[in-house]
Amino acid sequence: MITTAQETEGAGVPRLNVGEWIETGFGWVNDNLGALFDLIRTVVSTLTGGLDDLLNTPDALLLAVAFSLLGWLVKDWKLGLLSIVMLVFVISIDQWENAMTTLALVAVAAAIALVIAIPLGIWAARSDRVSGAIRPVMDLMQTMPAFVWLVPVVTLFSIGVTSGVVATIIFALPPGVRFTELGIRGVDAEVVEAGHAFGSTPGQILLRIQLPLALKTIMAGVNQVIMLALSMAVIAGLVGAGGLGGEVMRAIGSLDIGLAFEAGLAVVVLAIYLDRVTSAIGHGGMAVGRMSKLLRRGRPRRSPEPAPAKTT
Amino acid sequence: MNSSTAEPAVRARNVYKAFGKRPEEIVRRIKGGADREDVTDLGTAAVIDASFDVSPGEVFVVMGLSGSGKSTLIRMVNGLLPATAGSIEVGGEDIARLSAKELRRVRREKVSMVFQHFALLPHRTVGQNAAYALEVQGLNRSDRERKADEALRMVGLTGWGGSMPDELSGGMRQRVGLARALAAGTEVMLMDEAFSALDPLIRREMQDQLVELQEQLGKTILFITHDLNEAMRLGDRIAMMRDGRTVQIGTSEQILNDPANDYVAQFVQDVDRTRVLTAGAIMEPPVAVLGTEQGPRTAHKLMREHQTNVLAVVDRGKKLHGFVHEDAVAAAVAQGANTLDGLLQPAPSVHAETPLAELMTQAAQSEAGLAVIDDAGRLEGIIARVTLLNALAEPKYTGHDASEAVGTR
Repeated sequence: MITTAQETEGAGVPRLNVGEWIETGFGWVNDNLGALFDLIRTVVSTLTGGLDDLLNTPDALLLAVAFSLLGWLVKDWKLGLLSIVMLVFVISIDQWENAMTTLALVAVAAAIALVIAIPLGIWAARSDRVSGAIRPVMDLMQTMPAFVWLVPVVTLFSIGVTSGVVATIIFALPPGVRFTELGIRGVDAEVVEAGHAFGSTPGQILLRIQLPLALKTIMAGVNQVIMLALSMAVIAGLVGAGGLGGEVMRAIGSLDIGLAFEAGLAVVVLAIYLDRVTSAIGHGGMAVGRMSKLLRRGRPRRSPEPAPAKTT
Repeated sequence: MNSSTAEPAVRARNVYKAFGKRPEEIVRRIKGGADREDVTDLGTAAVIDASFDVSPGEVFVVMGLSGSGKSTLIRMVNGLLPATAGSIEVGGEDIARLSAKELRRVRREKVSMVFQHFALLPHRTVGQNAAYALEVQGLNRSDRERKADEALRMVGLTGWGGSMPDELSGGMRQRVGLARALAAGTEVMLMDEAFSALDPLIRREMQDQLVELQEQLGKTILFITHDLNEAMRLGDRIAMMRDGRTVQIGTSEQILNDPANDYVAQFVQDVDRTRVLTAGAIMEPPVAVLGTEQGPRTAHKLMREHQTNVLAVVDRGKKLHGFVHEDAVAAAVAQGANTLDGLLQPAPSVHAETPLAELMTQAAQSEAGLAVIDDAGRLEGIIARVTLLNALAEPKYTGHDASEAVGTR
């Protein structure tokens, strides 16, 4: 198991069986933490399956209209129009059901990734030590070729949608952590200091100062997480996650150009839609501010006499 | 205003602050006689052996250039930075000994702060910003809004509570910062270069407003600035800092007239002395005065005795009636007159708190000099032209320390 006198290309450099050690490690994890992975599998597949069923229950056109309305609501009528055209196109190439399956996978993976990533990012922003410890792990998660994650994940969760979701989470998590840390660290130090100076507790500083001011950056991270999740969701088709990824794999297997492009275009539509909607929500900090400002203008709260009382 | 009997609102004793990997070691070496430059390999000695008392109701200005340690010093008063050595007491509580929770209580109840770049919450309205300290204190909404509105009124921002900070100009934003600190209702206010980011006209206006508010409220204010004119306008007393050490602590007049060393002397060179010095600070007691009931002969005798050609005439209540001049007195003596009737000239007079800038014109017109009188018209002193010129000349550091000089080497 440990180094044996194998040949390497450099004379005298012993062969390190890194692969074997990792394998052994995963074997041990699988043997000893099997119950945990069973639980994860149950939870993830129930969530994804449930959401998949939910998205595929209503009439496709009805849901497409609902999604378009959402686009109109978070941004403007142009996004609504673009959405309806694109989504009806997906229906017309008969990829709606697969698209919804992929959307369910992306939604569950991105949601879990964010639930892990945002607290981790907050923690990293507050402690240089945590930040330093997390950074190489994040680098590893992001730079390791995406396909590689599929192998250990399948050994732990076997073929199926759970493997797809877990591999997607691993791949999509890092920007969530990074953007959250960046956002919180980027909050004007003097404003945070003001919070301390007036006797705020650490919790008050986080909730009333840091998170609101970091919101835009954090939302950019959320957008990135979702986009990465979508790109990984297709690769997850390799391990039987189904949806558009499954279609692409099927097309590769049978060299079916038409199917490959139809599934591919459906992915593009999903990507555009998710990107526009989440980035519109990301700028929502401003949009919401604008809206509340309009509401305030409606209510005459300024007193009638001309202010300010003192001028030069 | 600096009554020495009252318990000081802020008391600092031998406070050190060092940054670096081993701050205690830096302080140990400096206490052992090392220079700030000697310990640069270990870190920075930001504040060295600072000791001062701030009396309740006093405006205490810490003045120094960037890197002199003044911002570090003010941050140790509310514990934003812990002191490396020494003690700082606010309202009798030693900041260094407090737990995190107690420190938050002190910050809520005793010390508020105004920041150089305002440090407002951009996602909240002006009213919510002004109420921030009250929100942290846990006040209910209606009380919060009432107090915040009151504070906004004091700084002249009535009716702006619903605006967002980015809709306001710099000066107005800092008024919100001031309102936030006032609304907190603390006895001590720390102002960290509070007006430095504002343009000169607005800065002047804010200074005036602070002086006005201070007259009403009587807070204890620690004001940090790098602008000596600002320090002299606002401060009851000024602590001059250089390279982490307090070089001199004194009133603006002491610093102007008795600089503790060359550094301070150079610093005060550029100060417009005519705006800092007041008539009261430079006046001299009258060499001799003439009673209203006395005659020209006495006047003539006094003038000869004191080598002067003009006398102030006062009644028994020391009330000033005018000046008499030598030639008029001589003529009256020659004519054998027994009273001062017809000899009295109106005396140009000013009040003790009049800045020199405002009495120049009068002084230029009156060869006899100026009389300094109080509100009841009683004579307090005389400013001869030569006195005025002397006061305007730059003092040289003479080596004697009239005011409290600290850490000079």
